[in-house]
Amino acid sequence: MEHLRGGRLRLQDAGEIVLPALAMLTRCIGENAVLTGKAVREMFRPPFEWRLIMVQIEQGGIHSLSITILTAAFTGMVLAMQFAIGLEPFGASMYTGKLVALGIVRELGPVLTALLVGGRVGAGFTAEIGSMNVTEQVDAIRALGADPVRKLVLPRLVAMTLALPLLTIVADLVGCFGGAVITMYEVDVTFTFVFQQMTETIEIPDLVHGIMKSVFFGYFIALIGCWNGLRTQGGTEGVGVATTRTVVYTSVTILTADFLLTRLFLAIYG
Amino acid sequence: MAETIIQFQGVKKAFGDKIVYEDLSLDVHKGETLTIIGGSGVGKSVCLKLLIGLLQADGGTIRAFGQEVQTSNEAGMIMLRKRISMLFQGAALFDSMSVADNIKYPLVEHKWGTTGEMDKRVAEVLDLVDMPGIETLRPAELSGGMKKRVGLARAIAIQPEVILYDEPTTGLDPINVRRINGLILSLQDRLGITSLVVTHDMDTVFTITNRLALVHEKRIAFVGTPDEAKSHELRFLREFVQGGRGTLDEDL
Repeated sequence: MEHLRGGRLRLQDAGEIVLPALAMLTRCIGENAVLTGKAVREMFRPPFEWRLIMVQIEQGGIHSLSITILTAAFTGMVLAMQFAIGLEPFGASMYTGKLVALGIVRELGPVLTALLVGGRVGAGFTAEIGSMNVTEQVDAIRALGADPVRKLVLPRLVAMTLALPLLTIVADLVGCFGGAVITMYEVDVTFTFVFQQMTETIEIPDLVHGIMKSVFFGYFIALIGCWNGLRTQGGTEGVGVATTRTVVYTSVTILTADFLLTRLFLAIYG
Repeated sequence: MAETIIQFQGVKKAFGDKIVYEDLSLDVHKGETLTIIGGSGVGKSVCLKLLIGLLQADGGTIRAFGQEVQTSNEAGMIMLRKRISMLFQGAALFDSMSVADNIKYPLVEHKWGTTGEMDKRVAEVLDLVDMPGIETLRPAELSGGMKKRVGLARAIAIQPEVILYDEPTTGLDPINVRRINGLILSLQDRLGITSLVVTHDMDTVFTITNRLALVHEKRIAFVGTPDEAKSHELRFLREFVQGGRGTLDEDL
């Protein structure tokens, strides 16, 4: 690499890499903020597009149920297995249920659900809107007297902000159930014992913590998916590139936001 | 002299470093069919998109029905788009909707009437483009020519005063080309609609045009009748009108 001369990255070269990257990041954040502003403005302009929102809840939420259940069940089971075996040398395997419940509800439920749904739904949004963009359907919406943000972005934003927390609740329940079943066999306790242990451990702030995070994740998934779709150029090849970009951007945003939101909620709820 | 309803004055447009228009000046008269011709990629479609605000001009002024497009607010643009419809190159029908819902789309947006009245209007315009009874079909089930005609039905549904046609006959077989040309002519004759047509197809130009405009070297290099174009001093125009031999010569 030219930038690495003698194994050292010169300050000037670092600037050439970092500054454009920062400029791009700033532009991305700015464009997404503008898109959010337009969507919020359209939300308060009657009539409210309930029908379009329900369609998106069905496609993005209900159709993601099976993948959510499958992922949550196996995550809960694997987590229980790891904790049961890992805690045994310390004589603490009885606490497996508590740790599984906390891990699922506060962290893995919302994050894994968001990553999977983000890959599935976010990429779908980009592919659909991107295809509409390159075939002039987005222009046609405007030419026919409507607003693409109102017709395409707003329903998806509202739908995913509502649907992802609901999917996360399902993931929490299924993950805890899967963890409880495995704990029963690995630690040799009754299901009632694990269930009681889990309900005693999980408090309202833990649930709020996880569900609030998923509200933000749902918003990011829809926003990034729509934004990439609307800026798609270059025919079908461009749609492919934009879709891949959405999966990457969504995953990175979810993981970064998870860290920041966890810090925030821990400061609020402890 | 016919009333000027659309006016481009000194319009400039660039995409990044690529300058498309340095000085686009053109008047469109009420009730005429004006065809815009020019080589590929010179910005013919850009001209249509600038007119209805799908693209923003970098300079100059565009007026339609006395309204300045660049400074119009959203409500003003919605009203303008009710008066000026567009048929897109690939028809741009919404894949997720039936033919009826596609045609109803502008009617719903402009609160045209009751559901019954809109259904009646859908049947009427489908009849007008000679495609009755296909309301329930999806765009994926239509051929290229059928899509263009449904696109045209959608464009005329709201009873616009001006229709913009972006390459209306490109990629169609000769029968469909004649059919589309016939529709453009009949809309002008029967409904008095003003048409602004972007095309490469010289047969279409000579069939439907009252006046033609040539986009050349980032401006409108000629405006006049097809007969005037044939004998014009600009060699590029003469050869373009006679079948594109000028372009071929230059390439060679």
